[in-house]
Amino acid sequence: MFTDFDFDVIQRSLPYLGQGMMFTLGLTFLAMAGGIVLGTVLALMRLSSFKVLNLPAGGYVNLLRSTPLILVIFWFYFLVPIAIKKISGDAYAEGLGPFHSALIAFAMFEAAYYCEIIRAGIQSVPRGQVEAAYALGLTYRLAMMKVILPQAFRNMIPILLTQGIILFQDTSLVYVVGLTDFMGAAGKIAQRDGRLVEMYLFAALVYFVMCFAASHAVKWLQARYSVGR
Amino acid sequence: MNFGVFFQPAFSGGGIYLDWVLSGIKWTMLVSILGWVIAFSVGSVVGVLRTAPLAILRAPATVYVEIFRNVPLLVQMFIWYFVLPEIVPKALGTWMKQGMPLPEFWSAVLCLGFYTASRVAEQVRSGIQSIPRGQTEAGLAMGLTRVQVYRHVLLPMGYRIVVPPLTSEFLTIFKNSSVALTIGVLELTAQARQISEYTFRTFEVFSVATAVYLLITLTVTVAMNVVERKVRVPGYIGSTGK
Repeated sequence: MFTDFDFDVIQRSLPYLGQGMMFTLGLTFLAMAGGIVLGTVLALMRLSSFKVLNLPAGGYVNLLRSTPLILVIFWFYFLVPIAIKKISGDAYAEGLGPFHSALIAFAMFEAAYYCEIIRAGIQSVPRGQVEAAYALGLTYRLAMMKVILPQAFRNMIPILLTQGIILFQDTSLVYVVGLTDFMGAAGKIAQRDGRLVEMYLFAALVYFVMCFAASHAVKWLQARYSVGR
Repeated sequence: MNFGVFFQPAFSGGGIYLDWVLSGIKWTMLVSILGWVIAFSVGSVVGVLRTAPLAILRAPATVYVEIFRNVPLLVQMFIWYFVLPEIVPKALGTWMKQGMPLPEFWSAVLCLGFYTASRVAEQVRSGIQSIPRGQTEAGLAMGLTRVQVYRHVLLPMGYRIVVPPLTSEFLTIFKNSSVALTIGVLELTAQARQISEYTFRTFEVFSVATAVYLLITLTVTVAMNVVERKVRVPGYIGSTGK
């Protein structure tokens, strides 16, 4: 079965695959950071008692959560250049390039998922904590920053990281707009050298090892640092 | 903005662009529903095995779940479509490449089915494990065999408990079916992309595609809310909301 397996093609293309992996990791971390920041804002909006804040946030989250990621990538790939032209007022403005379009798409998409995680995290903080903070005379802002969010985030860390692993896998979908992430690099070598079997199996193995290790690290972290109540 | 684009004659095939959209919806539905049949049956078996008392039964199920969960769907899609025909016995491989009808479609169905099965398995497992041990022990004490305990005690309860997460897995397979476009299945997202390339009406076309996905999600959610109310177990988590 593996008699004509060409391991050499993997070795020859390692530097190129490495560049692809750096791209994948960069996209994952930036999108994760953007997604968490935006997700926190959305979660605070959804939990707000003002309709002007919670309705649009709820609509945004439900819309993005019912749309396939690939369609969202296409949307941003198409919308971002238009938005840039509108904002800059220059009809010939250079776009942000495919990397930044993809980054914005992933951050906006993940924000919807992070929002729901963070909202659940905030709601898991006992009500008494909020009341105690207000009773001490803290403003909404201070109560959130100093009391609620620090506790909420500590509870959420494992789920946020697990979502990060899912995001790491999902970044392979930038393939549809032709970017060279890890999977894109493997695919390009596979097509060029006619070595689909070797390259795709190798890509699967690398993803498997990384995600398996990461998800077990998260489990360990969860057991080690979970807050006892 | 011009939604009239859907009634313009299509670039090829004789119809109008609306026909392309409808055909895309048809393939999205077919891939998702057939994939779900596999996911639900394989996932149930794997999920039950994950809770089995014998390590020799648990181990393969755990390996299955870990492998399918830790490799991106896109990579799995390529493996089913490009790699599998090369590594199976030669005669079968040749048939897969030349004789098999609709190779992209069936690869996508199998891929989505077996991928989602690993997620369904985890839900089924957590459903079974959320049932108090006492129920299993009571069943065994009454003289039921282990299989009978699963058949009459654990599974009827377990499935009812996991209806809500299984609904969201079904919606996930629906959205994930768009990954099938990477191996050439012309489902809804692929058709939207294609129409926008022929007509440059990207905004209109993507809006309609998004609206269709939203509509499907809403329909499934509403329908499953009814099912959930019918099957929920009184006194269990998730059934507290009145």
